[in-house]
Amino acid sequence: MSKPVIATASLAGCFGCHMSILDIDERILKLIELVEFNKSPIDDIKTFTKPVDLGIIEGGCCNSENVEVLRSFRKNCRILVSLGECAIMGGLPAMRNGIPVKECLEEAYLNSLSVAPEDKIIPNDEELPIVLDKVYPCHEVVKVDYFLPGCPPSADIIWEALTAIVEGRPLNLTYDMIKFD
Amino acid sequence: MAQEKDIILRHPKDPSALLDIIRDVQDHFGHVPEEAVARVAAHLKLSEAEVRGAVTFYHFFSLTPRGASTVYLNDSITSRMKGRTAVAKAFEEEAGCRFGEVTADGLIGLFSTSCIGMSDQEPSAIINGVVFTRLTPLKVKHLVKAIKTGKPVRDMVTAWGDGANQSDLVRSMVSNNIRKKGPVIFGPFESGSAIKNAVARKPEDIIAEVKKSKLLGRGGAGFPTGLKWEFCRKEKSDMRYVLCNADEGEPGTFKDRVILTEMPQLLFEGMAVAGYAIGAREGLLYLRSEYAYLRNHLEAVLEGMRRENLLGNNIAGSGDFSFDITIALGAGAYVCGEESALLESAEGRRGEPRNRPPFPVQTGYRNRPTTVNNVETLCTAAKIILHGAAWFQSMGTARSSGTKLFSVSGDCERPGVYELEFGLTVQELLDIVGAKDAYAVQVGGPSGTCLSRQDFRRRFAFEDLSTGGSVMIFGPWRNMFEIVANFMDFFIEESCGWCTPCRVGNTLLKGKLEKIMAGRGSAQDLRDLEAWGKNIRALSRCGLGQTSPNPILSTLQNFRELYEEAIDRHKEFVPDFDLGEASLEAARLTHRQPIMGETSHE
Repeated sequence: MSKPVIATASLAGCFGCHMSILDIDERILKLIELVEFNKSPIDDIKTFTKPVDLGIIEGGCCNSENVEVLRSFRKNCRILVSLGECAIMGGLPAMRNGIPVKECLEEAYLNSLSVAPEDKIIPNDEELPIVLDKVYPCHEVVKVDYFLPGCPPSADIIWEALTAIVEGRPLNLTYDMIKFD
Repeated sequence: MAQEKDIILRHPKDPSALLDIIRDVQDHFGHVPEEAVARVAAHLKLSEAEVRGAVTFYHFFSLTPRGASTVYLNDSITSRMKGRTAVAKAFEEEAGCRFGEVTADGLIGLFSTSCIGMSDQEPSAIINGVVFTRLTPLKVKHLVKAIKTGKPVRDMVTAWGDGANQSDLVRSMVSNNIRKKGPVIFGPFESGSAIKNAVARKPEDIIAEVKKSKLLGRGGAGFPTGLKWEFCRKEKSDMRYVLCNADEGEPGTFKDRVILTEMPQLLFEGMAVAGYAIGAREGLLYLRSEYAYLRNHLEAVLEGMRRENLLGNNIAGSGDFSFDITIALGAGAYVCGEESALLESAEGRRGEPRNRPPFPVQTGYRNRPTTVNNVETLCTAAKIILHGAAWFQSMGTARSSGTKLFSVSGDCERPGVYELEFGLTVQELLDIVGAKDAYAVQVGGPSGTCLSRQDFRRRFAFEDLSTGGSVMIFGPWRNMFEIVANFMDFFIEESCGWCTPCRVGNTLLKGKLEKIMAGRGSAQDLRDLEAWGKNIRALSRCGLGQTSPNPILSTLQNFRELYEEAIDRHKEFVPDFDLGEASLEAARLTHRQPIMGETSHE
């Protein structure tokens, strides 16, 4: 049997969850034996080149590109996992959800003291993704199969989840792994 | 602000006076100004945050002006069924402001409020403490016109209701709507008889008699009253208290309103009997603010009892039994009907439930053993002392002795209060009240259960359907989802906010419900509703949170087919998210095309 294929993406997140993936340290050598990576910032593969077994999403959706990427993950991945607070709940970026997007953009690009008078413009290049009215958790946009909580989830949680899914066995997260306070 | 200083200074420097002071300030200024917050805090040696916290907790207190005439229009489901929407529109058009706002001249403020205990005569509103019932757009037009001329709101009531509603001290248009009198609450009662009978016996005998009668609490939870009194009596303490819970806030319930109007002395004698049984000298009636129009009436009854030596020192020649009753007013908060929240509120704080144990019978009002009983329970106990446990047990069923007051509202010919023996079926009640084609019956209010026709053979009794007595009837033409949504709005509004599952969970449940109502539901949404509802039930610390998902959970169970029809059964997942909608505002700001014509990629 060929190795299971994994893809990852960081949407409206801080890459902390990806850092936590790398925190599995030397176990990454074993991981490479167990799985094959496809589209992911870790190997810098930009587009899906084959069907993927497991998609891992960090971050929620704050702009149209996030939505596009998330939907392409749903389309190409058999199993989709929300990794970390931002993917599951919107996280820190969602703190703007109580403020109208108009106010956010005007504060950032028009009214802020650090904006030079000649630069007062809300970025509008057609190449830029469009900012959404709110930050959305991934499961409100597509169907998500599993959720791994944490900010970031510890390397041990990620390792346990990855190996469990690859080996097709139930997840065994002990209390201390999911106790955050 | 000299006057305001007087308002504050005339109160004792006792933190438990906080709500009374805030009420005085609110009444005087129409709101609680910032300077008043600081002065109240200084007077009571509290932090400003504590004062502000109390102000913002209760519906009828406000940090911002609410208008010289403040309209609180009931927003319960029975109000909506009787035409609230048109009445609200009339208020807005005539006053010239929206609900939640005050007119530019500060004359009129329009606000929504939770059930005010008038479900049998909706739509209803409280304007400057005066209750208006059976409102119509035309009546509203006249009302607002009169307010604008500066006429006192009290003078706008021209026709009184029946019974004591007509008395000089009440003068209210509220109707009692007593449809069926039974032997316990509305049976004949001679002034002083219960107290005199009680003090001639030993307190232990009183408790034994109540225990023997198997009286269960009438608020809905059904705790054995005799046992509660016994626990309280056995606690070692220098003081004990009797608290009567007259914070009848469960939407659709209004029986206590009628008891307080017509049988207040029976209630007060019940409190005195309880006081004698547990060894208390003080009783407190916690009266919901919505019923403040009955306060003068109740005070007069208390005064009369004092004159007859039925309250005060050496009651009825007992030698050593002294007992008196004071009235504490709420300020609009459903959760204060929860007994430990009621204690917090009675002590002048935000009405947030306490952790239990210790239970109120151990550590209650002012940290002393306290028995908190429902209005109807105390009345019933007084009658048991008078007529004996055997008399009481001859009525009702094996485990549910006696009668129960039912507050019946909604789609029926004769809404009102019915005193009926426990054990009758839902269908029997529907026949009595004239509800020929009932489609659904909400028993016990939003926190209770919603029954479909196949359950109409079930019985009102603690063995089967235990209830505080709220019965709301819905005809087949009603939209069940709108009813459930109204109930969820109620819990979202009334959650004290302490427990996250209740504070956040109910908002999430309502969001899911709206998604389904908008035709974007899937099987996954039904599973989520069930799972989240169970979490809220399990992880909230008081009865409000534990029962708050019931509108959804009980209709999911009893009206499953409605949900199944509303969802797309062929899809495992339907997003609520619409990229076009979500990107619209930012696209507009940057003069770009929003993303159009998108569909689900599932």
